Amino acid sequence: MIFTTFKRITRTGFVNFWRNGFLSFAAIVVITLSLSVFGGLVFGSAFARALLADVKDKVDINAYFTLNAPEEDILALQKDIKAMAEVSRVEYVSSEAVLAQFKEKWRDNALIMQGLDEIEGNPFPAVLNIKAINPGQYGSIASFLEQKNPTASDGTPLIEKVNYQQNKLIIDRLGRIIPAIEQAGFAIAIVLTLVAIIVVFNTIRIIIYTSRDEIFVMKLVGASNIYVRGPLVVSGIMYGIVSGIITLVLMAIFAYWSDTVLLRVAGVQVAADFELVVNILSRYFVQNFGQIFIMIMGVGIILGAVSSYIAVRRYLKV
Amino acid sequence: MVAMIYYDKVTRIYPDKSVALENVSFGVEPKEFVTIVGHSGAGKTTLMKMLIAEDRPTTGSVFFESTDISRLSKNDVSKLRRRIGTVFQDYRLIPGKTVYENIAFAMEASGRSDAEIASDVPHVLELVDLVHKIWNFPKELSGGERQRVAIARAIVTQPDIILADEPTGNLDPTSTYEIIRILQKINDLGTTIILTTHNKGVVDTVKGRVLTMEKGRIARDDKDGKYVL
Repeated sequence: MIFTTFKRITRTGFVNFWRNGFLSFAAIVVITLSLSVFGGLVFGSAFARALLADVKDKVDINAYFTLNAPEEDILALQKDIKAMAEVSRVEYVSSEAVLAQFKEKWRDNALIMQGLDEIEGNPFPAVLNIKAINPGQYGSIASFLEQKNPTASDGTPLIEKVNYQQNKLIIDRLGRIIPAIEQAGFAIAIVLTLVAIIVVFNTIRIIIYTSRDEIFVMKLVGASNIYVRGPLVVSGIMYGIVSGIITLVLMAIFAYWSDTVLLRVAGVQVAADFELVVNILSRYFVQNFGQIFIMIMGVGIILGAVSSYIAVRRYLKV
Repeated sequence: MVAMIYYDKVTRIYPDKSVALENVSFGVEPKEFVTIVGHSGAGKTTLMKMLIAEDRPTTGSVFFESTDISRLSKNDVSKLRRRIGTVFQDYRLIPGKTVYENIAFAMEASGRSDAEIASDVPHVLELVDLVHKIWNFPKELSGGERQRVAIARAIVTQPDIILADEPTGNLDPTSTYEIIRILQKINDLGTTIILTTHNKGVVDTVKGRVLTMEKGRIARDDKDGKYVL
């Protein structure tokens, strides 16, 4: 009996979905738009996260050593710094490497190369490039270096200077702006989600309003609530499934389209420099497809089904 | 004989203080064909609505086989409605369903098997002479045809009673005659019928018991009635 009821409800839901073509179309358009808002939020947060990670990655501090600081002392210090909980990466660049980088960079500038030749020896100090896990942690790393104030065996300080003070302002700002952006994004997501839910619910309410006479007749013929409500919920689920599939296709198209547009606008060279930024969306979409699929389809189906279930309630009181 | 349906001092006053029924009492016996006549607003439809719990008395009770209808739970109301076939002036077919589906729906709702539905629906359509329109939608049918579908839907579950509320109100004389003939045939097969009308010709054709309603009261109750208004 339960199986028969289930079968009949499902069949009726399917039939209604096809026969009420225009209403189904309207519902699918609205649910698709709402799901696209969700998709936009998913992409937006992925994009913002990648950008923020990129910015965070560009923030660092450098410890410049005195010209005659012995390499083994620097390497020992690197080990100490690496042991700190706040530090994600410490890179040692020897003074020879700095010189080589400089020469490579200014290779085509005769004036600078000439100036470099006039200075005897290597004017560049060795550098430890330090990256914190979190931008807010640079202060403590800098003060660690200051307090430690490592010295060479002859008692002279190893570190010439740490460029934290110059960068302090921008590092602090980023430390405040990044969480603010994350919070604002979260608030926007909640507002957009609420709007999307209300719009979908209202659309389905109107659709069910148009079949109120039908519901009334069903009740007068002696149909129990499940026979009236079931097919409407099944139609709601169908709206959700179709809208979900359309939304996923739109998201895929958008992801690849945005990549090519960014490439064209930014130019291939810049795109190569910002490789990460350019391919964010399509890569994110492919890598997280399972999660995105479940989320979009799940939200669509739940929205359709729950809206129908609630919207029909007032017409069942006959 | 014990009454199948009994209206016990039923009064219905609407929230705007208008009185639809006032202290109405009468009974209907099994297999009777009762015609209720009266002007618009006399309370005929309100009487009908109470039998299917679409409306409830302000005071008094309506009994169906000694069950007080106004005390039924939601679930029992659905069960009661499956035992009462209803036919309305405006047909009340489901526009999105074919003739077959409209009738099948009533059977599905009362839990009949697919095999029963497949054999009974064409059979009942034969009775109202509409087998050839089985896959049409209501909007493709004439008024008389729609009403015959509505009657087919009402009788397909083999109810104990058929309520027909002005079933001929929108129909031409030929269709009216057909509908009444079908209702009489159903009555001959043993189903109780309660019919409301303000058509004199209908009353004279039926030749059964006639209740005359006036301003919410029963003015006359004639065993072998004629149309007096």
